[in-house]
Amino acid sequence: MDRFTKKQKKELKSILISLVIFVVLMIVEHLVLPSAGLSDGPESAPPQPVLIAGIIVDILYLVPYFIVGKDVLRKCLIGIKNRQLFDESFLMTLATIGAFGCGEFGEAVAVMLFYQVGEFFQEYAVGKSRGSIADLMSMAPDFANREAEDGSVEVIDPDDIEVGDILVIKPGEKVPTDGVVIEGSSLVNTSALTGESLPRLVSKGEQVISGCINGDTLLRIRAEKEFDDCTVSQILELVEDASSRKSVTENFITRFAHYYTPAVVIAAVILAFVPPLISGHFAAEFGEWVLRACTFLVISCPCALVISVPLAFFGGIGAASSKGVLVKGSNYLELLAGLDTVVSDKTGTLTEGRFRVAMVEAAEGYDTDAIIRYAAAAETGSTHPIAAAITEACEKPVAQSKIKDVRNTAGKGITAKAGRDTIAVGNRNFFDEEGIELPELAADVIGTNCYVAKNGKYIGTIIVADMPKKGAEEAIREMLKEGVRSVIMLTGDSEKVASAVASGLGITDYRAELLPQDKVRVVEELLNGLREKTGAGEKADKKRGRLAFIGDGINDAPVLSVSDVGIAMGSLGSDAAIEAADVVIMDDDLGKIPAVMRIARKTLGISKQNIVFALLVKFSCLILGALGIANMWAAVFADVGVAVICILNSMRMLNRQK
Amino acid sequence: MKKKFKLIDLDCANCAAKMEEAIKKIDGVTDASVSFMTQKMMIEADDAVFDKVVEEAVKCIAKVEPDCQVVL
Repeated sequence: MDRFTKKQKKELKSILISLVIFVVLMIVEHLVLPSAGLSDGPESAPPQPVLIAGIIVDILYLVPYFIVGKDVLRKCLIGIKNRQLFDESFLMTLATIGAFGCGEFGEAVAVMLFYQVGEFFQEYAVGKSRGSIADLMSMAPDFANREAEDGSVEVIDPDDIEVGDILVIKPGEKVPTDGVVIEGSSLVNTSALTGESLPRLVSKGEQVISGCINGDTLLRIRAEKEFDDCTVSQILELVEDASSRKSVTENFITRFAHYYTPAVVIAAVILAFVPPLISGHFAAEFGEWVLRACTFLVISCPCALVISVPLAFFGGIGAASSKGVLVKGSNYLELLAGLDTVVSDKTGTLTEGRFRVAMVEAAEGYDTDAIIRYAAAAETGSTHPIAAAITEACEKPVAQSKIKDVRNTAGKGITAKAGRDTIAVGNRNFFDEEGIELPELAADVIGTNCYVAKNGKYIGTIIVADMPKKGAEEAIREMLKEGVRSVIMLTGDSEKVASAVASGLGITDYRAELLPQDKVRVVEELLNGLREKTGAGEKADKKRGRLAFIGDGINDAPVLSVSDVGIAMGSLGSDAAIEAADVVIMDDDLGKIPAVMRIARKTLGISKQNIVFALLVKFSCLILGALGIANMWAAVFADVGVAVICILNSMRMLNRQK
Repeated sequence: MKKKFKLIDLDCANCAAKMEEAIKKIDGVTDASVSFMTQKMMIEADDAVFDKVVEEAVKCIAKVEPDCQVVL
C-alpha cells in the first residue's frame, strides 16, 4: 500500500465502503424487493411493506452517497460561498441532486461513486507521471560529505555547502556541487546531464560538475559554487520553469476550457426547460429532461483536456532532458516540431573548433612522419593554433635541448635549428621571402597550407584544417529527413573553406566571409523569406516555417535571440550559453537535434490525439445525452474515463525513453 | 522580485489555470504561473507590495481550491 499517499488511502477506503453498500442496496432493490412484491401476483400493486421497504432503500442510498461524496459536497459548499459556480464539485453535486430529485437514487449514487473512482485513478496517474519525470531528472544529489580541517568527514545537506569546502565523493556517489578535483582521478558518469553513456576521466586540477556519478575511485574536490548556483540546480530550475512557457496548443486548451464549461451549463438549462415547454406536457416530461440536463452537467468539466496536454509537453521536456537536451519551454518544443530552416554556425558547431592536421604531402624521398617531426621541432615553442595542431600530431617529438635559434615571423612562419639542420615552416609568403622555391600544388585545398623546408629545400606540405565533427554529416542528413527543408551554414571563413566543409557535410547552402554582426542580418533575411512565403499578417506568421539557429553559445547571443529557436551546443557549465539559448544541448553531439525533433513531433502528436479523442467523446456524449440515448453512466465515462485514458496516453512520452 | 512557492494538494489542472488567471489580476503582479505538473507557483511582483501580493494570492488559491495549501 506504500504506493498510495495518505490522502489516496483515505479516498480509496471511502470508495470501497460505499461501493459495498451500494452493491448490497442494488441487490435488495432489484432482486429482493421485486421477488417479494411478485409473490402476491404480477397484476396487483406491491403490498404496503414492500413499498415502505422501497422508500427505506431509497433513503439508505444516501448513506454511500454521503460517504463517497462528502468531499465533493464540502468543496461545493465552499465554492458557493466563494462564488466559484462553474467549479467541478458544484456541477457534480447539482447533477446528482437533480438525479435524486427525479427519483433515480441508484443512478445518483453510481455517478458520484464512479466520478470519485475516476478522480482517484486520475490522481494516481498524474502522481505516477510526476514521479517518473522526477526519476528522469534524478540527478539532484541528496547529501554531501564535507571534510573538516582535522580530517573528519561529516554528512551534510547539499544546501549547506559553502564555496571552498573540501568534499569527499566516494565511488558511486553523486557529485554534490561544481568543483575542482584536488585529489584522486576517476571515471565519472555524466549521463544524467549529457545523456552520454561513456564515462569521462577527471583527475587533479580538473573541473567536475554536480550531478555526475563518481566511478570507482574516491575523489576529493573543492567546492566552487554553492548548491543553488551549481549546474544541476540550474538545470532543474530550467526544466521546472519550462512548463510555464506555454505552447500554442496549451493556450488554446486553456481558452477553450474557459468557454466550454459555461456553454455546456447553459445548454443544460435550455435542455431542461425548453423541450418540455414546447411539447406542452411540462409536468409529465420535465423529469426526463432534467435527467438529460444532468448528463450535460457531468460532461461539462474540461479536466481531461486541461490535464493531458500539459502532461504530454511536460513528458516531452522530461524525455529531452534525459537525453541531455534542455528545452526551456513547451513553446520551443512546438516550434522544433515544425522546423523549416536550420542555420548553423560553422566553427565549434559543425566543426571541432580547433585545428588538426588534415593531410600531409611529402616531397620525394621523405615520409609524412618525418615531415611532421621536422615541423613540430621548429614549432615546439610556438603557441599559435596551427603550431599546436602540428605538435599534437607528432608522435615522437625531437628533444627540446636540440632545438636552437628559433626565429618567428609573426603571421608568416618560423625557422629553427634542430641539431645540424635548419628547418623552416610557414606560408607561401614566408617561403618567397626566404627564397625557398615551392612546387605548384595540385591538391584541392581544404585548410591552411604549411610548407616545410629543410636546409633551404622544400620537403613537404602539412595541411591544417578545422575538421568537421564526427557525426555531423549524419545529423544533418537526419535533420533533412525529419522535415527540415534547408540547412544553412554561416561562417567568417573564406569561400573556399566554407564550400569544402559544406559539400563534405551535405549542407544545402552556406554564407561565407561573414563578420559577426552580419550573422544577425543573414538570419533576419532568412526569417523575412519565410514570412513572405506565407504572406503578411499575424495569423499567417503563426503558420510560417520556423528557423532554428545552432551555435556554441559563445558570442552569438544576438543571433540566438533573433531566431525562432536558439540552440546552444556543448554548453555544459557555461552559464551565458544556458541563459541566451532556448534549447541547450549539454554535450557536443549534433545528433541530439534530430532526436529532439522526433521527441517534439511525438509530443505534439500525443497532445493532438488527446484533444481529438476527448472532444469527440464529449461531444458525442452531449448529443446522445440530449437525445436520451446516453445516460449519466456514459457521461461519467466521458468525463473522468477520458481523462484517465488521455493521461495514460501522455505517459507514453515518459515510458518510451528508457 | 520573483519568487517560487510550493503548493500541496493542488488536485485539478483546471483549478491551476483558474488560480493563475486570478493571481495575474492582482494589483502589482507583473507575471505569475501556477504549474499543475510541478505543483509550484511563481509570482513576480513589485518589491514594495510583494508581501501583500502573496497574501492576496494565497486567498485566491483558497477560493479556487480550499484544500490546496501554499508553503510559505
